[in-house]
Amino acid sequence: MRPISGKAWIFGNDVDTDVIIPAKFCATLDAKELGRHAMAGLDEGFAARVIPGDIIVAGDNFGCGSSRETAPLALQGAGIGAVVASSFARIFFRNAINVGLPIAEADGAAANSKEGNVFQIDLGAGVVTNVTTGLSYQATPFPPEIGEIIYAGGLVPYVRKRLAK
Amino acid sequence: MGMTLAEKILARASGNREVAPGQLVTCRVDKAMATDITAPLSIEVFRKMGAGRVFDPGACILVNDHFVPARDSVAADFSAAMRAFANAQKIKNYFEVGRSGICHALVAEKRLALPGELFVGADSHTCTIGALGAFATGVGSTDLAGVWALGEIWLKVPETVRVVLTGRLRRYVTAKDVVLHLVGLLGLAGARYKAVEFGGDLLAAMPVNERLTLCNMAAEMGAKTALVPPDNVTEAFFAEKGLAIERSPLPDEGARYSRTEALDASSLGPLVAEPFSPEKVKPVAALRNVKVDQVFIGSCTNGQIEDLRAAAEILRGRKVAGGLRLIVTPATQEVFIKAAAEGVLHDLAEAGAAVTAPSCGACLGGHGGVLGKNETALATTNRNFRGRMGDPTSKVYLSNPYVAAATAVAGTICHPEELE
Repeated sequence: MRPISGKAWIFGNDVDTDVIIPAKFCATLDAKELGRHAMAGLDEGFAARVIPGDIIVAGDNFGCGSSRETAPLALQGAGIGAVVASSFARIFFRNAINVGLPIAEADGAAANSKEGNVFQIDLGAGVVTNVTTGLSYQATPFPPEIGEIIYAGGLVPYVRKRLAK
Repeated sequence: MGMTLAEKILARASGNREVAPGQLVTCRVDKAMATDITAPLSIEVFRKMGAGRVFDPGACILVNDHFVPARDSVAADFSAAMRAFANAQKIKNYFEVGRSGICHALVAEKRLALPGELFVGADSHTCTIGALGAFATGVGSTDLAGVWALGEIWLKVPETVRVVLTGRLRRYVTAKDVVLHLVGLLGLAGARYKAVEFGGDLLAAMPVNERLTLCNMAAEMGAKTALVPPDNVTEAFFAEKGLAIERSPLPDEGARYSRTEALDASSLGPLVAEPFSPEKVKPVAALRNVKVDQVFIGSCTNGQIEDLRAAAEILRGRKVAGGLRLIVTPATQEVFIKAAAEGVLHDLAEAGAAVTAPSCGACLGGHGGVLGKNETALATTNRNFRGRMGDPTSKVYLSNPYVAAATAVAGTICHPEELE
């Protein structure tokens, strides 16, 4: 997997799925449409300002709340290239891996960064770097079983492969 | 080595004699549930996976609950997609509007989960079903499609937090207050990735509906699941429908817990969680006189017949305050029928409540009681994040049904004792 790089949007702790994509916008499966309302619960104009490849850098428990997979889909639809957080809520963590939204658990990245800092994420090496400040963070490594799903590109290609056997 | 109930269930489901926290295991799934809001995406993903048949039609449960009765044509299309899938896959446990209810309440009511089972649901409050002694966990739509295709799921064996409940609940204090207290104590991430196993004498005095409430809000502590070890109450609950539960697993004596919390519930009064987080818990008295525009009684947390009876007990012979709206949503069709037969719906409607069809509706700001700009609600639901019930400027307070009903009468947040 090639390193991902992009400009950072900084968020705090406990960013919940009701603000990532309010339920009223969830009656669609169109990622682009969902993307237009990404983060609408906190900032209606967020999606319009995202440049494809931008990275969300957040604190603890990112994605807490509901099981809606439309949360990672909306972020993808808005053009978010990856999410770095000190920690993730468990269903969001699974959903992001399953839909192929790159995530990295790196403690302290949000606290020591500013909006617009350039980040580079090397999932293979497990390193998250704030290129602007030069600070690097060790990302929690994925167990091999989960790595298999990530490297397959998400759960869909993974299950396809399993069913084809 | 001794295992917790969560570990025991995952050991069986993964074909291991023992499992330990942190271990990744591939588990056979006993039941897989989805709803009208999560199933359509699962169906699309299932096709993309190249899968033909679901692993076991008898193990699949499909419930119309979130946007029903169809709030708009998109919701109608969502239900239609789920209905067509149920027909094509011969899934008998498909629940249509008018014969349905909020999935977790419905699963318990129909005894669709058994003690010791691994139950996977595409809804974050699936942990509710742990009240029956199952390992019940919420996942997203793609995970669920994977379960449909393979009949299995990878899970990390969670550490278990033990919560020992003792004492007796005071008047107007319910399982909702116990769990609000725990969410306040442990915080939104206090049980993240963990199982919460309940124990202690208070459980024996807690009927299944209260246990469902208790396990429901483990989601608000970030928990993977919550469990009540099966006991006489569980046995009696299944016996009501002529079902005998056999050899259901129990936690071992020497089980290891990552943390143990003891709570003497006798000390608790009714609690309220303030906007914008379920962990911001305060005694009712501290929020007295907060003006409320809408009270909502319902949801998978507190939409059971017992909750409606509690509300009716307060509202009978009284009127909803001027300038306030009361919306009541029975959790399931069966709850609706019982409440109608007992006169509970009559008393609530007479007091000025708008009673709706069973649905998740207002709880998630979907329909049937959505909040407008700067409005304030008090709800018997489980989440009060920003914009949860509607406009981002609206606010939601969370409480038990007694406090909700008293607030509907007073017009401001109110302890039911104040009305005596």
